[in-house]
Amino acid sequence: MANSKSAYSTPGKQGKFSTHIIVVWVDNEAGVLARVVGLFSGRGYNIESLAVAEIDPKLNISRITIVTTGTPQVIEQIKLQLKKLVPVHKVADFKREDKKVIFKEMALFKVVGNKSNKEKALKACKKYNAVILDKTNTSYVIQITALRREIDLMSKNLKKFGLVSVSRTGAVAMTRGSEIFK
Amino acid sequence: MSKLYSGAEIVFKCLEDQNVEFVFGYPGGAVLPIYDELKNFNFLKHILVRHEQGAGHAAEGYARSTGKPGVLIVTSGPGATNAVTALTDAYMDSVPLVCISGQVPTHLIGTDAFQECDTTGITRPCTKHNWLVKDIKDLGKTIHKAFEVATTGRPGPVLVDIPKDVQFQKTNYTKFKKQKKINGKVHNHFSQNDIDELIKLMDKASKPVFYTGGGVINSGPKASELLRELVNTTGFPITTTLQGLGSYPGEDSQFLGMLGMHGSYEANNAMHDCDLMINIGARFDDRITGKIEEFSPRSKKVHIDIDPSSINKNVKVDLPIIGDVAEVINSTIKTIKKVKPDFAKSNKQKVSKWWEQIQKWRSVNSFNFVNSTETIKPQYAVQRLYELTKNKDTYITTEVGQHQMWAAQHYKFEKPNRWMTSGGLGTMGYGLPAAVGVQVAHPKKLVIDIAGEASVLMTMQEMSTAVQYSLPIKIFILNNEYMGMVRQWQELLHDKNYSESYTAALPDFVKLAEAYGCVGIRATSPDELDDKIIEMINTDRPVIFDCRVDKEENCFPMIPSGKPHNQMLLGPNDQKENKITKKGKILV
Repeated sequence: MANSKSAYSTPGKQGKFSTHIIVVWVDNEAGVLARVVGLFSGRGYNIESLAVAEIDPKLNISRITIVTTGTPQVIEQIKLQLKKLVPVHKVADFKREDKKVIFKEMALFKVVGNKSNKEKALKACKKYNAVILDKTNTSYVIQITALRREIDLMSKNLKKFGLVSVSRTGAVAMTRGSEIFK
Repeated sequence: MSKLYSGAEIVFKCLEDQNVEFVFGYPGGAVLPIYDELKNFNFLKHILVRHEQGAGHAAEGYARSTGKPGVLIVTSGPGATNAVTALTDAYMDSVPLVCISGQVPTHLIGTDAFQECDTTGITRPCTKHNWLVKDIKDLGKTIHKAFEVATTGRPGPVLVDIPKDVQFQKTNYTKFKKQKKINGKVHNHFSQNDIDELIKLMDKASKPVFYTGGGVINSGPKASELLRELVNTTGFPITTTLQGLGSYPGEDSQFLGMLGMHGSYEANNAMHDCDLMINIGARFDDRITGKIEEFSPRSKKVHIDIDPSSINKNVKVDLPIIGDVAEVINSTIKTIKKVKPDFAKSNKQKVSKWWEQIQKWRSVNSFNFVNSTETIKPQYAVQRLYELTKNKDTYITTEVGQHQMWAAQHYKFEKPNRWMTSGGLGTMGYGLPAAVGVQVAHPKKLVIDIAGEASVLMTMQEMSTAVQYSLPIKIFILNNEYMGMVRQWQELLHDKNYSESYTAALPDFVKLAEAYGCVGIRATSPDELDDKIIEMINTDRPVIFDCRVDKEENCFPMIPSGKPHNQMLLGPNDQKENKITKKGKILV
């Protein structure tokens, strides 16, 4: 960007990117997800995955879990900007490497094929809490819960056993032990 | 059973309880029930604008010059979309606005009904918060909440979208009791330790500088008084941002002038070379910092701000203090008095060398320009305007461009809330409607919009509003027939290719003034300027002043983009001495 003709400055050095899981407790009202997601797109932050559902019907609280990547400065801004939104109650931030936190995603695999292939597929899924949700002569629907990269791996590996369809959720997170995030 | 009120009545009940005296607005299908009730509420005066953007900027002018929230009422669809520019402007410059918009009836929402738009969707990124009120029972508390959100913490615009059927429905209304100042404690997250730490830094510093912004003005007049006391107590130099002008007296010897892209040489060099920077209510905007990597490389930085997300957003700071500016300064002064009652005296020696250096920079006289006896230089026009109006407690608004920077450089402000300009969004067309709002709030005061001819044409229709309400605003146009700032960039960066920056057909502003029913004055040479300005001041009606200025004057000094503070381009004299190399020009 030498000889820039821009009225603006050239981009500076960027910090190191890392992956974070941001958990946001919000009032479950119309448009609240749009506010959160709009903040991310409007300010150019990433969303790798998103999971949202009401967790307290009495108080009308939803919990949004967002997996994002950014420099430390960007992650800090994400948290502070989220806290400024009126329907946001609290914001938690976990590093993906954090050992004190459990991260899980769920995936559904539809495998179509002969008995031997279906069984091989099921066997491959075994270590990820595999459950058969639907069974026909020619197909299985298998549910697993695992980490993102494990599901990535399974989606690749099951192809040879007749995987025809994948459906997966964003990550959800919870701290280990008796403590809760305040 | 208590009396039932319609949604439209509740709107006015709420405005009454919020002590709103003026609303700016424009009727339309989806707000007709509200306009129908207007006649029954005498506490309120409605100012009919000519375009909803004008309503928004007028409300901004009102808010900035009074410190109270500005209120506007617009209809659905185009009414709401026209207000978007003003809402965004208010969002960028932290101006408290409450926009009440009509919406199509609830059963038609989502059917692409006539004059329907997704107002809350469109305004979500340009308001602090917005609400679509689908249930009449929520209306009262939502409007009061809207006022709370707009005026607390870092102020900003909010919008309440009310479907037409909700305006007709009836419910109870309970009188609103305003809580005692909510802004105080809730937003203060600093401790005495932070203040002690700040004073320790101030005590150690030998090259300190205060860098203050619009936050001081938003914190209220008390904050500006306290700032004066703090600056005097410490003996430190102070510079302010464009939005901070007026928070400190412009003629004071400790004041270095505005900083930033077109700021003074002494202010920018002081920012670059200081060893302690105390940012009070400013946000390290890109027009201020220049190249971030070389921004004030050797200083400890303190940042006092009410908005936690302003901290470390653009520039990493050493000591953040989160709280209301007035309260932070107050604690600081109190602590200094207790711990070091003779701070200024004991520190004088330490900062004397720094002041010597600043005097050297000052002697460059960077706002200087080559005056002429033939043509009116725009800087000269602003200087004369200042000299002839400075004793009248004048309120100044501006449009956006060269004239805005010349106004900021050459018009000096003694008090806060006297300077209304669009800084963050840079909205051409801001100044005229803003002047309308200021004049509504201060009917006896002199209100001048220092304008450019291109900007002012964007919202010129609001002259009609000024005439309707006998608002004697003065539109002082520095007319150079160019979009001056665009022309300047094209001259410096794009090989003088003046692509579309010349307006080949302009109205005759004097005749235009007459057509609107106000007064037109024209000045074409320097020797008649003073008389004409005095004529303008003495006219008790709205005036459009067509000041024909030098067409090719550039705004200096200037920090070229991607450059640090200590590499400023000075005026034409500097260029004559060939201080700027060819290569340097390309880098601008």
